[in-house]
Order: sequence, then C-alpha cells, then structure tokens
Amino acid sequence: MSERGIYHPLIELTIARIKETVREPEAMFWIFVFPVLFALGLGIAFRDRVPERIPVAIDSRMPDSEKVSEIISQSYRLKVKILSPADAFQDLRTGKVALVLSREPELMQSQSLEAHRVNPRSADADFFFIYDPTRSESQIARLAVNDALQSGMGRKEMVSVMDKEVREPGARYIDFLIPGLVGMNLMGSGMWGVGFAIVFARTRKLLKRYAATPMRRSHFLLAFMLSRLLFLVWEVGMVIACGWLFFNVRVYGSLLSLTLVSIIGALTFAGMGLLVASRATTIESATGWMNFIMLPMYLLSGCFFSYSRFPEFMHPFIRALPLTALNDAMRAVINQGAPLFHSWLELIVLSAWGAISFILALRIFRWQ
Amino acid sequence: MDDEAKKLSEARSEELALRCRSVKKYYGSVKAVDGVDLEVRIGECFGLLGPNGAGKTTLVEVLEGLTRADSGEVLVLGYQWGSGDDCGFRERISVQLQETQLADKLTVEETVRLFRSFYKKGRSVEEVIQKSGLAEKRKERVQKLSGGTKQRLALACALVSEPELLFLDEPTTGLDPQARYQVWEIVEEFRSRGGTIILTTHYMEEAARLCERVAIMDHGKILAMGGPKELVESYVGKEIIEFNAEQGFEMCVLERLPGVLGVERKNGVYVLRVLELNQTLPALVSEVEKTGQRLSRLISRQATLEDVFMILTGGKLRDE
Repeated sequence: MSERGIYHPLIELTIARIKETVREPEAMFWIFVFPVLFALGLGIAFRDRVPERIPVAIDSRMPDSEKVSEIISQSYRLKVKILSPADAFQDLRTGKVALVLSREPELMQSQSLEAHRVNPRSADADFFFIYDPTRSESQIARLAVNDALQSGMGRKEMVSVMDKEVREPGARYIDFLIPGLVGMNLMGSGMWGVGFAIVFARTRKLLKRYAATPMRRSHFLLAFMLSRLLFLVWEVGMVIACGWLFFNVRVYGSLLSLTLVSIIGALTFAGMGLLVASRATTIESATGWMNFIMLPMYLLSGCFFSYSRFPEFMHPFIRALPLTALNDAMRAVINQGAPLFHSWLELIVLSAWGAISFILALRIFRWQ
Repeated sequence: MDDEAKKLSEARSEELALRCRSVKKYYGSVKAVDGVDLEVRIGECFGLLGPNGAGKTTLVEVLEGLTRADSGEVLVLGYQWGSGDDCGFRERISVQLQETQLADKLTVEETVRLFRSFYKKGRSVEEVIQKSGLAEKRKERVQKLSGGTKQRLALACALVSEPELLFLDEPTTGLDPQARYQVWEIVEEFRSRGGTIILTTHYMEEAARLCERVAIMDHGKILAMGGPKELVESYVGKEIIEFNAEQGFEMCVLERLPGVLGVERKNGVYVLRVLELNQTLPALVSEVEKTGQRLSRLISRQATLEDVFMILTGGKLRDE
C-alpha cells in the first residue's frame, strides 16, 4: 500500500511544527498575546497628552516676586512657584525646577551650578537666570522666561506671529513604537521559536532519531522556516491591527511591501535561531547565547527610542545589526509609506545576516 | 577446526544482513568499542548482551550509521556507510534508539504519520497502529502515555517503514513485565514477516526468548558468541547448585564430586556448576553426611546467560 501521495515529509513536518507550537500554551502567550499587551501598555503610557508646562522657580527674596510670577505665568509653557533660595537651589539640583529666576547672581554661598546671567559683562543685571545649560528643558525655560519677562515689561513685537499645532498620526511616539514592536516581535519569536524547539529536540535525542530515517535534513530545517511564515501573519497582523484599532496608527506603505519586509525579517531571525541552536546541547547554553545576541539589539536597534541618540561613531555599527535594518525598513514602509527599493540597503543587510546564518547553521549543525 | 571452517562457509553461503570487522571507536581514552567482529544472517534475531557501559549502544550506533567508527569495516545489507546514498539506504533499515523522547505535543497517530512520511514505501499508519496495540491511544498526546505505550509507539515508528533490518537498543529497559511482554509480541510479529533484528539488552529472559544468537560484550569487546543454550552449556553447564555449609568444605573435595564442572565460593555460599543434578546431588548429600555437616539454604536452578557473564567477567550483568 503506497501512501506517498498523501504524506509529503515537508508538509508533515511543517504541520507537526505548527501543532507543537499551538499546543504549547506558554509559547502562544509569548508569541501572540504578549506583544499586543506590550503595545497596549506602551501606547497608553505614551498616549497624546497636553504639552507639559516646565516648572520654574522665583527667588522669594525678590520684593516684587508676586508680580513677576504673574507676568511669567502668562506663558502657557511655564509653571511658576516662589521658593526660598535654599528650596529653589534644592529643587534645581534635583531637577524639580528647570530654572530659578533671581535678582541676585548667586543663590547660595557655595554654588556648584553655573550661574548664567542675562548680561555676562554686567554684574548688576536686572535679573539672573540660574540653570544648568546642558538640560534641554532648562534651555527652553530660559527662552520662555525671557520671552514672558520681556513682553510683560512692555517689549514691542516687531512682527506678528501665531502658533499652528500639528498633531497628525505618523509623528507620535506610538507611530514610532509600533514598527519597532513588529521588528522586536519578529526577532524574538524567530529566534526563540526555532532555537528552543531544536535544542529541546536535541536534548531529547529526537534529532538523532530523525537522523536515523531517510528524512532530508533540508526538509526538517525548511519546515521550521515555513511554520515561521505562517505564524508571522498573526504576529505582524496582531500588532499592526492593534495599533490601528486603538491608536489609529496607519500603514502608509503598501501591504505587499509590509509583507515582504516581514517575510525577510522572519526568515533572517529563523536562520539566526537555527545557527544558535546548531550546536547547543542544553537549553541553558542556548538561552545564554540567545540573550547575548538579542539583548544588545533590543537596546541599540531603535525599538523603543531612536538610535540617533547614540554617539555618531556608533551608527555604522548599529545600522549593521539585523534588527536595526528590519526596524528601519519597517518604519520606512509603515510610517513613511516609502517604496520597497528605498530600503534596499537595509534589506541587503538583513538578508545577508539570514543567508550567512542559515548556510553556517547547515554546515555545523549537530544531529546528536 | 573443521567445525569452524564449516560454520564460516555456511555463513558465507547465506546472504548476510550485517558484517563488521575489527570495528573500533574510542572516546579519548575510553575504548567504547575495541575491535568487534560480527556477522548477522538475514532473518536472524541477534542479541548484544552486556552491562551498562559495555559499549553496546556505541556499537549499535556505528552499525546504524549514526556514529563513525575510528577504524574497521561495516557492511549493512551489503551497504557501507558513507559510500554515497546514506539517506536512500535508510529506507531499508529502522532504528529504535535508547531513551528517545518523541515530540510531546503530538498524538500517537500524528507521530506515526510523521514517521511514515519520511519513507517512500511502507505499511499503512492504520495497520501499524493496530498491530502495535495503539488503537485506543491514537488521539492521546505522547506526553500522557505510559512508559510501555511510549515504547510501543517508538516501535510503531520504526516498523511503519517495513524495514528489512531493525535495530532495537534496550527496547524494554524500565518496563514492567506486562509491558515487556507486549513489546516482545510486536518484535515477534516483525520476525514472523521475515525481518532481521539486532537488539541490545541486559535482560536474560529477553535474549533467551527473542534471540537465536547472542554476543556477550564488556569493555568494548565481544567475550563470547553463540546460541543462548549452547553458550550456557559450554561455559557454565546445565545446572547450578548453591548451598551454605556451617563448617565449610575443602574446595578440592567438592571439585572431585561426579559431574561437577566448577566450584566457587562467594560470600560464604558455595556455587557448583554441574552437568546433571541427579548425578551430583546424591554424591553431595552423602559427602555432607560423611563429614557430619549440616546443609542450609540449598538451591538448585538452571544455569542462565547471567552465569555465563559472571564467569566471563567476574561481574554482574545487571547493575541494579
């Protein structure tokens, strides 16, 4: 009785792989539920909010402190409180206020913070702005206080200006976050999903048992890749749908581009998971390697904040990381709606990681 | 000499399922397999006996093509491992590894079906499930199965390809007698279809029941080979008499009793290997009376492969 027609090893292996994953409640949680909860949590934490007023303090030794406070409070950017020099100094030092306005050049006898004066050449200026110039918030406070003070004291505006606020979807933090989450998700489930299953099967001597059959090695490894592609639809889809439904995050690029970037990303990290798992003989050592590889990328590759915050000289290195390439390509598609060829460099970097990992894994793979 | 030449020519005249010559496999300074010669005929059930760490599993894995030997020649069904189409050749053999744990989350049926898909030809999944007594458990996940059922499933996975040669590495270790019996039945069914089996075990009843020939192995070497009965008779004799005696005997007195092949004293117990009970026992009793001693705990039993092993190695076959 020949049944070859019904049972193709690649199909059977892929189905088995999918069933094994679906029947593992923990895996289902980490792959499918966790990213959504994560996106929701972060989205709520960083949802749209009224721009915060910057807290500044007025030296209570000033006789006209009440009046000055009133003038400065006109600025919608500032929140003003009147404090004794000691309190003001304490709050400035701990970052509770961004700037202290005083008529004296120094707050305390031994003042560690740099005192900036309106006119550095004159020791007897009307006001002194005391703040730390390396804090961007303090820089803004400095401008806003000066502005409010000058116009409150009767400065004439030379030209008329008006604020126009832009709060379009696409420029918010959640818009930045969602593509990063998709990338992070693809990396995590690709590497854990493939790596763990293989190391687990090796420790149970199941790999050896398979190696004793005529099963083609490539079928076995391809089944992992194929099952990854199936889960990918859900993994990417859920996060994107969640972003769209709850935070109105739009995908500006084409669905085809999104799919292609996702597939390349998923295969790349499946290949890297395969490489990590190709020799590891214990779950512990595999876990160690996974974390060693993934943790720096969680930090550096711009999942939660842009890697432009890292020093310039690190950028070439950061951009060579696979997760950075995936996140950048993802953002180009989702946020900018750029055509796929826009991200050619990222896609090449990504594919290279995937291809090299897969080929290397095939070479050094241990079945027992 | 004449006999041996006869045996050799006999073996050559029949087609061999397996032949290996001076196979060696060392792991560092550990000589796991240290020069093994074997011939297994087609249709035969051949048993490798030995304690844990004797090198049985390493030898079997060399024969299965899962481990490369350091030196020596292995021919399985006329095929030499690494000579081209290992993958294709695996269509013809099946293995059951010691301690393989199949995928926990798959059901019995899914597991057999998966293994079936690896082979071009074979038996139907349904038939193998029925024959292995797994019909009631077919929808059960592997993780929920008992040890015996898991082992029957492992056998089903090995048999679903209808192999010519089946390797079984300790198929019943750790199973209760009933589960062991069920495994034996499946193995015997395979034999009745003309299959060849090479199995390792450290259970004597298993070897005696299933195997036509056995090889006793220790420290990577084969110490003796032959049919279970012949081995016992040639190395031990037919019967064993064990007894305690209060004052003790001179060993030479016991050795001179009729039909005695050998005498040993272990922890105060005398062990006589004898040809016939009714020849030796009366003589022993009269010797006891003559010296005015008292016998205690007299036991007589049939000699087993375990006794063969004890004589060959001075150790115990099972280290339980």
